[in-house]
Order: sequence, then structure tokens, then C-alpha cells
Amino acid sequence: MLAQLRPAFVATLFFTLLLGVAYPLAVTGIGALAFPFQAGGSLIRDAKGQVIGSALLAQGFSQPRYLHPRPSAAGSGYDAANSSGSNLGPLNPDLAKRVAKDTDALRGEGPGPVPADAVTTSASGLDPDISPANALRQVNRIAAARRLPASAVEHVVSASVEGPWLGLFGQPRVNVLKANIALDAAFPAAHP
Amino acid sequence: MNGQGWAEIVLTLAVSVVLAWPLGIYMARVWQGGRTWLDPVLRPVERLIYGACGLRLEKGQSWLAYAMSFLAFSIAGFVVLYLILRFQNLLPLNPQGFAGLTPDLSFNTAISFVTNTNWQSYVPETTVSTFSQMAGLTSHNFLSAAAGIAVAASLARAFAANRSENLGDFWVDLTRISLYILLPFSLVIAVAYMALGEPQSLLASVTAHTVEGAKQTIALFPTASQEAIKQLGTNGGGVFNANSAHPFENPNAATNLIEIVSMNVLGYACAVAFGRVVMAKRDGRALVMVMALFVLAAAGAVYAAETRPAPALAAAHADAGVNMEGKEVRFGAPSTAIWTAATTGASDGGVNAMHDSLMPLAGGVAMFMIQLGEIVPGGVGSGLYGMVVLALIAVFVAGLMVGRTPEYLGKKVEAREIKYAMLAVLILPLAILGFSGVAAVLPVALKGLANPGPHGLSEILYAYSSATGNNGSAFAGLSANTPWWNSTLGIAMLLGRFAYAIPVLAIAGSMAVKPKLGATAGTFPTDGPLFIGLLIGVILIMGGLQFFPALALGPIVEHFQALHAVAASH
Repeated sequence: MLAQLRPAFVATLFFTLLLGVAYPLAVTGIGALAFPFQAGGSLIRDAKGQVIGSALLAQGFSQPRYLHPRPSAAGSGYDAANSSGSNLGPLNPDLAKRVAKDTDALRGEGPGPVPADAVTTSASGLDPDISPANALRQVNRIAAARRLPASAVEHVVSASVEGPWLGLFGQPRVNVLKANIALDAAFPAAHP
Repeated sequence: MNGQGWAEIVLTLAVSVVLAWPLGIYMARVWQGGRTWLDPVLRPVERLIYGACGLRLEKGQSWLAYAMSFLAFSIAGFVVLYLILRFQNLLPLNPQGFAGLTPDLSFNTAISFVTNTNWQSYVPETTVSTFSQMAGLTSHNFLSAAAGIAVAASLARAFAANRSENLGDFWVDLTRISLYILLPFSLVIAVAYMALGEPQSLLASVTAHTVEGAKQTIALFPTASQEAIKQLGTNGGGVFNANSAHPFENPNAATNLIEIVSMNVLGYACAVAFGRVVMAKRDGRALVMVMALFVLAAAGAVYAAETRPAPALAAAHADAGVNMEGKEVRFGAPSTAIWTAATTGASDGGVNAMHDSLMPLAGGVAMFMIQLGEIVPGGVGSGLYGMVVLALIAVFVAGLMVGRTPEYLGKKVEAREIKYAMLAVLILPLAILGFSGVAAVLPVALKGLANPGPHGLSEILYAYSSATGNNGSAFAGLSANTPWWNSTLGIAMLLGRFAYAIPVLAIAGSMAVKPKLGATAGTFPTDGPLFIGLLIGVILIMGGLQFFPALALGPIVEHFQALHAVAASH
């Protein structure tokens, strides 16, 4: 056993340098050269170059003129430095209470039952997407807030729907941040 | 449930299994020291390591020497990783300014990553520095995986041997598997992940000023490089707390597919490589089929459970078609189902949905897959050697039925090997049920529970199953960063890794010295449907008999509560 300690520690240190330092740094270098946007976190900037968020992460929206993301259990909500789900079990009374309250608040917003993703917290608390049904159900509220015909808003929202990958993998979805930026771009008059 | 969902599940599994063949052929060549196209670059690196370690390579090792090397390496890894985590505040690349981890958390985390478990009692983005992520955790993602595959390679040599003590050399296996398999594939996959959207940054965070005028701090890490080996090496430890549900770790359906495939493909490939080294390709294929059938069945069961009416949604009269609590919209039920089956079958433990919020039966299936012993397809290497242990028990059972000394792959299976096999297999109920039983009555343990009722028991049972199976996923509501949970889960991880692998190496030593027999008319064939059925039966009975009573008190009773709740809300 003692004779094994030399190779054990030498190998550990050697591989720590190779696999724990050289490898991630090499990948970082490749990323900086070949994929600077993705490697930097898919950051979206405004006209002045200021970062307004990541295309991959949810951020809070509560004004009626914007699409609203799913509820978030990350930190105090949409905390991109503290990702988390609620971890409430399917029969946890706290979950039932929260879902009932959120569902009641959304019931009058549009036709049909409230979509599941609108009243459930995501696994990460940073889910950037909502279901197309959830997005379309918010059209009337957005149109009223922006004093626009519903069809104009619906057009922008529908254009934001992304289908499953290769038509097969994953689910159709609407990226909330990108769709809201598209809304502001399409209807600049509504911007304060 | 719909056709697209089923097609996604079946196709994902099919890609994993089909890719395992070329990979398995390549892996067999790496195990046997054969030539590869990477030789010009990597041979000199190999020689450098052997020289620095002071190895004399011509001898090979007996099973005991091999086991001692495996243990010594794990101890060295534990010591180095413990020190990195404990004193990360004194080390470079700590832009977050994090303090060193507490002693019990450093102990738990170091064991967790050295045993290929990657259980995480902590929230990474608020605890672990960039240096610790890279030099500490990413490197052990490689090394614990390579050590597991090394043990599988030595077992393959044992079955191929004819009256020999030589199981190969642990240090050579470790080096070659790291350099020729894990490093190049991880590099390619990491670049693909970046192309598809994953970040790779040495910055601590970026501050965004959101559209509505709030401030959002966006944590960044070298994500892609760790994500690649995290899945390929069936590690599963997330760079972020939400693991592969976090959009940075798994931004879309394409990364999701690559991650599922890469967490299973080497497990299947180990069985293919085993078959080739032992010169029993059809027997290797039979093991792959058993593994894949379990994953398919589990994925189907999770998909079915997750598309039953969710109680909270049904009660609120919202659309209750899919249980979306703890799920991401881009994945939905089918991507979550195949991932859950793949990650719990594979001892990976990465998650793309929160298992704590799964429907009761889906959570139960996840737990059951872990309790089968992490062999379908299991952790890299460890899945294969666990499956061979079950195969030995299966031929032993068949031998008892016909009253003949059983053989497996040309080796007589005798009392000594079956004793070692049982020793290995019984460590699972001992650690899982033993610790769970104690925790279920200890106030200091129960303080950590997040959910009341049977779901609370499920949290306990899942935690010890995950630790002992070296899986690492969790019913994450459990607040496990306490001395009780950190220390007992650490011990469970050690038992699950070493109290399993050492008897396996003893089996290898005992098999290697036996003569290799040719098949006769009386040999029970271990490559056909009869054996596949028998092996599935043995796996189910071992898992079912041992854990069914505990599962009945957790997920199964909760399932009936859920049915009742949904019926009452109509």
C-alpha cells in the first residue's frame, strides 16, 4: 500500500493539472475565439451596449404590457446566481395553496383553462420559456395595456414560437425575453 | 402521452445503444493497449506519467495489488480534493471571494467526487470558487470515472485469462482511459456545447439591468468543460444548483439529447468492450440488451406517471395534463422521462427536472432504478462490473435448478465467487435501509426534510439510495448540508463504491487463475433470450424483494393519496 502512494499522489497532481487546469482553460480559449457570444453567457445588450439579460435565462416581468415568465423559486425570484426549483412534492399542501392562488389570479386573463406552466415553478427558477398556450393567453392583456388590437400582438407572439428541435425533440416554446424585446421593437410608440 | 413523446424516448435510447458499438470496439483496444490514431500525441504523455510515477510495467498486477492501487489513488484524490475545497479561500481564481468549505461539507464533497457520486449538499454558485470547480471538481469527474472503467477492464481480463494472476496494471488503465477516451471525447463535446449555447467563462458573474429596470446578477462558470465530462463520466455534479435543468448547463433539446446519450453510451460501451475482450461478443450484447430494456421501461413509466393529472393543478382546475412543477418548458414530459430513466439507471445523477416534484410513481421509479444497483447501464465501468456480479448470481440460480456447476464465459462459478458476489450485492440494502431506518427516527436527521408525510420518507430513502448507488441525484428539498447528513451520506458513498468494487476485484482474482473452459452441450448459454429473461428476473428480485417494503411506505402510498386527491377535486 505504501509503495502505491507515490504513483497515487504523482498521478493525482499530474492529472489535476492536465484535466483540471489545462483542459478547462483550453476549452475557455476555444470558446473565446470561436463562440464568444455563447461562452460569455448569451448576453443581450441594448442600443447603448448595456447588458439587459441573458437570452437563456428568465428575468422578472410584471408590467401588463409584457409577456410574463413562469413563477420562479430561484432565490427571491429569477435570481440568476441562486438557481433552484421549489422541491415541493406533488401532494405538498404548500404547493396546492400556491397553485390555487396563482390560478385564481390568471383565470380571467384569457379563454380556456390556465396552462400548467403559468402556475408552476420551473426546475431552475430561470426557465426562459413559456408554452405557446401560455403566451397566447396573455395577448389580450398585453394588447389592452399597449392599446393595440389583439391581432397585432398575437402576430408578434406567434412569430416568437419555436418548435421542437428537428420536429421531434423537446417542446414548442416562446422565449419571454426575446418576445418582449420583439414586442417593444414592433410597437415602439408604446414604450415610455 | 403522444406519439412524438414516445418517438423522442425511443430514438434517444436507440442513439445511445447504436453509438456504443464503435465506442466499445475502441474502448476494448484502449484496454488491451492497442494502437489508436491518437498514439502520436498521447504516447509521449503516457510515458511521461509512467516515468514520473516510477512504474515498472512489464509485471502486471494481481487482484490484491490492483485493489491496493485503486484504493491508494482514491485516498490521494480525497486528500487533495479535501484540501482544495477546505482552503479555496487561500487559492487563486476565487473571483467570488468564497470562504473555504466547512470540514463536514469538504469531507462529504471530496468523497462524493472521488467515488463518482457527485452528491452535492451545497449550492454551487454560492459556495464553490472557479478554481475549485476546475482543478477540484472537473478533474475528479475524469479520474473517478477512469478508475471505475479501470476496474471493469481488469474484470474483463480476468474472464479472458487462462490460469493467470495478471489483471493488468491499474495505473496504466487509469492513464490510458483518461487520455484516450475521456479527455478527447470531452473536448469535442465541450466545444459542441459551447456552439449550442453553454457558457465557458472565468468571470464570477455579469450584472444585467433588466428590461423592467431591475438588477440581475448572472453567475458564470467554466460550464461547458465540466458539463461534458460530467455526463460522459456519469458524474452528474452540477456547476449550478439546478444542475442540467439550468439553461446554462442544458440550453435546448440538442444539448439535452447529447447529454442523455453521453451519460449512457460509455456504460453500454463497457459491456460491448467486455464482450470483445472476453471473446464473447454475443454475451456482451446480451448485457447491453438487459440494460437498455430497463431504461426503456423506466422511461415509459415516468412518462406515463408525469402525464397523469397532477393533484395541485387538478384541484385548482388549471390544465393538469402534465405535471410541470419542477420541469422546464423546453423539455416537457418526454425529455424529462428519458433523462430521468437514463440518469438514475446510470449512476449519473444529473437532473433536468427536480425529482422531488415528480409524481409519486415517477419518483419511485427513479429511486428503484438506483436501488437496482446502478447497473442499467450503470456508472462507467461500475455498471458493467455490477452487471457481471448479477450475471454470476443468475447462472448460479440456473445451476441450482438443474444441479450442475454453473459456468460464465468459460469460467466455473463456485462457492467462493458467489460469496463475494453476495457480499457486494448486500452492501446496498445494508447501507440504504440501515441508514434510512435510523434517519427516519432521528430528530437531527428529520429536521432536514422539506415535505411532510410519505414524501418525507421518500426524501430520506432517495438520499441514501443515491449515495450508496453513487448516483448523486436527490429529492433536493432535503437540506443535507448538516453534519449528520454530510457524514452519514459520505459513509454510504464510501460503502457503495469500495465495499462493492473490492469484492468484484476479488472475484476477478479468483476467476483469472481458473482454467478457461470451452463450451459443451451442457453449458447454459449466456447470450440468448433465456438468459436475458433470467438475468432481468434476478435483477428485479434482488431489487424488488429488498426494497419493495420501503417503497410501499413512500412513493406507492403517496401514489394512492394522489389518486384520491385528484378524484376528490372533480
